[in-house]
Amino acid sequence: MKFKADIDIMPLEALLDPQGKAVSKSMDNLGLDVISNVRIGKHITLQVSAKSKEDAAEKVSQACDKLLCNKIMESYKFDLKEV
Amino acid sequence: MKFGVVTFPGSNCNQDMVYVLKEKLNQEVVELWHKNTSIEGCDAIVLPGGFSYGDYLRSGAIARFSPLMKEVISHAQNGGIVIGVCNGFQILCESGLLPGALLHNNNQKFICKNVWLKAESKTARLTKNLHHDKAYKIPIAHGEGRYFANENILKDLNDNDQILFRYCNEAAEVSQDCNPNGSQENIAGICNKNKNVFGMMPHPERAADISLGNTDGLSIFESLLNTITA
Repeated sequence: MKFKADIDIMPLEALLDPQGKAVSKSMDNLGLDVISNVRIGKHITLQVSAKSKEDAAEKVSQACDKLLCNKIMESYKFDLKEV
Repeated sequence: MKFGVVTFPGSNCNQDMVYVLKEKLNQEVVELWHKNTSIEGCDAIVLPGGFSYGDYLRSGAIARFSPLMKEVISHAQNGGIVIGVCNGFQILCESGLLPGALLHNNNQKFICKNVWLKAESKTARLTKNLHHDKAYKIPIAHGEGRYFANENILKDLNDNDQILFRYCNEAAEVSQDCNPNGSQENIAGICNKNKNVFGMMPHPERAADISLGNTDGLSIFESLLNTITA
């Protein structure tokens, strides 16, 4: 079976996200001062061959823990769909 | 001492490092390609600055899985000396050889300028022989140099004398005013608990030749060499 994972990686809430902060400020210039707290992360998609959805989830977690996400500064979550 | 300077795709300070170690400090130096599977009997491994793998994903995240890094990690775990400068420091944090992480500078700028450093650790070989009450002028050049670690790690670093350098002013006073990138506690460099793995964001190899008008960086390499040969 083949699955597609949609992974969201975000800077930890407690950490300053300078990129998000800069974008938040520029919202004022657009006249969109109702928008605040912009935070910018990464969206990663990938395909994984696995015996089951659980197996696929296990592999994606491993990829996130070992390479895609640095848990000192980021957190991740993902959705899996069979393709 | 035999030094091995590692080149990753995207490293750009490797030749400066080789030049300083070989020509200025008269050490034996071998250049190691990241795909090598041996560190060729080197006593010390240097991970130079640059943009390994184009800083894709996170600085240092992909270089950490280069074939040679397996050997570098086992060299470090056996007490061998490993030094990471700038991107090299980021790789050491990503590989877990040093605690913490290096985040985007708090001002979202790539900062390239001379800064002042106060050498702190009196037990780590890289800073042991430096003057601890004067400021060393060393350049930084990074976009992701904001040192971050949780409270427990910071406490350990302080308690175990693992902080190599803090950003300071010309009078060697440490304050937020002279923190260029938002690093916690002005940290510019640290070592591991065993004090054989060293990481720092500033570039001592760029301040080690009189023709560049600044040789403060040379003192840092000399501190390491003196404590080893002593």
